[in-house]
Amino acid sequence: MIDQHVSLLLVVIPLLAAPFVAVLPGRHLAWLATQIITAICFALAIYQLLQVLQGGIISYELGGWAPPWGIEYRIDAANALLAVIIAGIAAITAPYSLASVQREIPQHQHSLFYASFLLCITGLLGISLTGDIFNLFVFLEISSLSSYALISMGKQRQALTAAYQYLIMGTIGATFFLIGVGLLYAQTGTLNMADLAARLPEVIQLRTVHTAFGFILVGVALKLALFPLHLWLPNAYTFAPSVVTIFLAATATKVAVYVMLRLNLTIFSSDFVLKTPANEIFLTLGIIGIIVASATAIIQKDAKRLLAYSSVAQIGYMIIGLGFASIAGLTATLVHIFNHAIMKAALFMAIGAIFYRIGSSRLDDLTGLGRQMPWTFGALIIGGLSLIGVPGTAGFISKWYLVIAALEQDNWLATIAILGGSLLAVIYVWKLVEVLYFKVATSERQDVREAPLLLLVPTWVIALSNIYFGFDTTWTVGVAQTAIKMLGMS
Amino acid sequence: MSNSELLLLALTLPLAGAIGIVLTDRWPNIRETITLVCAATLGLLVITIVQRFQAGESIALSLLEVVPGLAIRFEIEPLGMLFALVAGLLWFVTSVYAIGYMRGHHEVNQTRFYAAFAIAISSTMGAAFAGNLFTLFLCYEILTLSTYPLVTHADTPEAKRGGRVYLGILLGTSIGLQLLAIIATWMITGTLDFRHGGILAGKVDPMWSAVLLALFVFGVGKAAVMPFHRWLPAAMVAPTPVSALLHAVAVVKAGVFTILKIVVYIFGIDFITQSNAADWLIWFAAGTILIASLVAMTKDNLKARLAYSTVSQLSYIVLGALLASQLGIIGGAMHIAMHAFAKITLFFAAGAILVAAHKTEISQLDGLGRAMPITFGAFLIGSLSIIGMPLFGGMWSKWYLAMATVETQHWVLLGVLIISTLLNIAYLLPIPLRAFFAKPPEGKTYNKIKEAPVASLIAIVITATACLVLFFYPDPFYQLAVAAAKGN
Repeated sequence: MIDQHVSLLLVVIPLLAAPFVAVLPGRHLAWLATQIITAICFALAIYQLLQVLQGGIISYELGGWAPPWGIEYRIDAANALLAVIIAGIAAITAPYSLASVQREIPQHQHSLFYASFLLCITGLLGISLTGDIFNLFVFLEISSLSSYALISMGKQRQALTAAYQYLIMGTIGATFFLIGVGLLYAQTGTLNMADLAARLPEVIQLRTVHTAFGFILVGVALKLALFPLHLWLPNAYTFAPSVVTIFLAATATKVAVYVMLRLNLTIFSSDFVLKTPANEIFLTLGIIGIIVASATAIIQKDAKRLLAYSSVAQIGYMIIGLGFASIAGLTATLVHIFNHAIMKAALFMAIGAIFYRIGSSRLDDLTGLGRQMPWTFGALIIGGLSLIGVPGTAGFISKWYLVIAALEQDNWLATIAILGGSLLAVIYVWKLVEVLYFKVATSERQDVREAPLLLLVPTWVIALSNIYFGFDTTWTVGVAQTAIKMLGMS
Repeated sequence: MSNSELLLLALTLPLAGAIGIVLTDRWPNIRETITLVCAATLGLLVITIVQRFQAGESIALSLLEVVPGLAIRFEIEPLGMLFALVAGLLWFVTSVYAIGYMRGHHEVNQTRFYAAFAIAISSTMGAAFAGNLFTLFLCYEILTLSTYPLVTHADTPEAKRGGRVYLGILLGTSIGLQLLAIIATWMITGTLDFRHGGILAGKVDPMWSAVLLALFVFGVGKAAVMPFHRWLPAAMVAPTPVSALLHAVAVVKAGVFTILKIVVYIFGIDFITQSNAADWLIWFAAGTILIASLVAMTKDNLKARLAYSTVSQLSYIVLGALLASQLGIIGGAMHIAMHAFAKITLFFAAGAILVAAHKTEISQLDGLGRAMPITFGAFLIGSLSIIGMPLFGGMWSKWYLAMATVETQHWVLLGVLIISTLLNIAYLLPIPLRAFFAKPPEGKTYNKIKEAPVASLIAIVITATACLVLFFYPDPFYQLAVAAAKGN
């Protein structure tokens, strides 16, 4: 019986658990519940992916109402993979959060923190699984609202302004998205994605549909922090509690990229998208984003902010792949969604472990700590190498497919941006390495010790997965290629 | 033991050694024993592999397929065998030397040093035995990264700057240019396997093949073709054993070896000749030979002079490859071995001078030869071998390279080789001659200075003797070089 309801359970379990967690007393109960629930979700997500790979697309009718009247959850390999990423990152951040949250968030807010965390997971999983565009908007709001709350719990006071900034930008994005959805509904009378895809070709000439596409595009671009709409991201990542940064950096923007992909390939057909300047916009903004954001990362004075700008650049890679509108390009996008999740998680976990010890992520405060925290430093180096795209790491696989996609279309500008971005990554990753290793620790930080095992173990699990997925690509490239087949690209 | 097991052992033994070294951090004597045992075993392994290979057995090992068609695969062919033989034998000698040097010089962080060294050797073996361009690239990058902590060993701001240049140029060229060339090759041919006669012939037009070859030659930054040579002098901040084995043998030779492999097995020498792909590139190699020699003359710091000498000598091999004739390949391949033995002797001597007399500049060496006759004697032998005098191994490679320029009627390049030989004499020979015959500065006597620690001295004598022996008995390397050029 559970078999059939896996997709629904993935969303319902964390949703129902959240209010219970919010009222759980004691120091560790809320954490324990979160840990158990994320683990269950991860197992379910993997199970769901296996089912899709074996049996093809899953269509789940919510409450037994047949689509297009009822809400449909429609799961192919693309969103099954995404659900695995979200649930997996959640499950690996949960053990990390015990120590980190205790250090960074006041005791009385713990239960609320974990409740918001679960709601955020609900929202992100919901976005990835639903086959209904209005339902998607609802989940988008659930995930956004909970992440505003999560960010505002940061230790420094700037966290409040960062959350507020994100709230404003995010709400504008959501509004644009909703306007677009409204226009589509007015024109076609349906909100089901598959149904929309079937009905849109008849009305595709209408200006309303083009307007709707434009609104949705801008709305989602704000959510995924596409350059130059990324302004909310650096502050949010810098001032949010470490656990939140890890989770959001690894999942939130990726989910928005997925929405963009779904929009381009399922709802609007690729024929339609080719007639609009969307792909050119993706390519242009992606290329500029990679170069400008990477260059900006180099001059940052805070490790979290440095990595945040790097994230903006990495989003450029994913968007470029989308802009190529080719099999190789989409493979690269999906693979990079996965790979970037694990590399950024590793990096933010390592920085979070240092933050746990010294309460700061400013580069001036990090000097020399690599020597005193060798294991944390080691994980950071592995994550950094993966970010650069050194062969033998997950990042290399992404770069490989991206460059192939670029060369396929003789797009030399994109090729130069992709490889040039790697070289800029060498500079900013090595800036971290040099600060952590070659400078001398200030006198008051001489006795900083290695991070506790509770932080180290998840960090290393995710760091080693960067190496594992650099060699075994059946779960990344293989699944991505199946996903693209299911999306009907040929 | 089966052939593929033997190969796997040669690749993993140094890695296992590295783990052992880290675990025995607290007991230096046990740690050094592990280094020596691993190095000696690896030497024996490589010799065993050579014997089986010469007997005509095929030795290959496929590990896993990363992306369909893109496998991690090792396969032994003559060029790789030659490179592995040089690196495998010299690791043991260098280990003996390093123990004397590191202890004599009271270096810190010795465990990290020996462990990183072992990983570097493992990746060198991987590069030598790589069965396709992807595996070669993987090992090439691991080699870059594992040698970074060795370059920055001293942990000083100067070491940090050197490390920055080192990593910046090597990673920059390999990701920016080489990876691009590899992916382009993959897209054009659908394979990255090494095949004699190349995989590109008939699939690219001549103009693009020239561009592709340029991407490869400059993308292999380790070959130090100007203008991407700056990392080599920068890497001289490393302790001398590192400069000796890695920056005179393993790392730089991995670079020129990669270029040889690409020329022989990716392009194929016939295709390069037909498409004229190397016509203008070859002048970069020729220019590097001359300019680096001239720069070497201006350097008073001994290691800096040797570094520029290395830059110049590496381009001999690049030149041999780009001449795209069988004699050129033979000459280039033999120069990998001959230059390795000679240059490592020179670096060993430079390190011995540092440890025993604390001198780094050439102008300080006057009269030191009488206090350290063995060291400077070895230095003389190494210099003569690099110059290419008869009675020393270095003659053979220069002989074949010169023959190759004659065969392809590149008279100007023959002139370049001759002028470079004269420059070699001018910047290398004065060093031992000053040490032996010039008078020490006023009021100084070198009564107290003795030779370097015995361990280091043994290593110097071994490599110096090898330079002599290789003149009379170059056969092992010669046969492999011929097999590589002819493809059997």
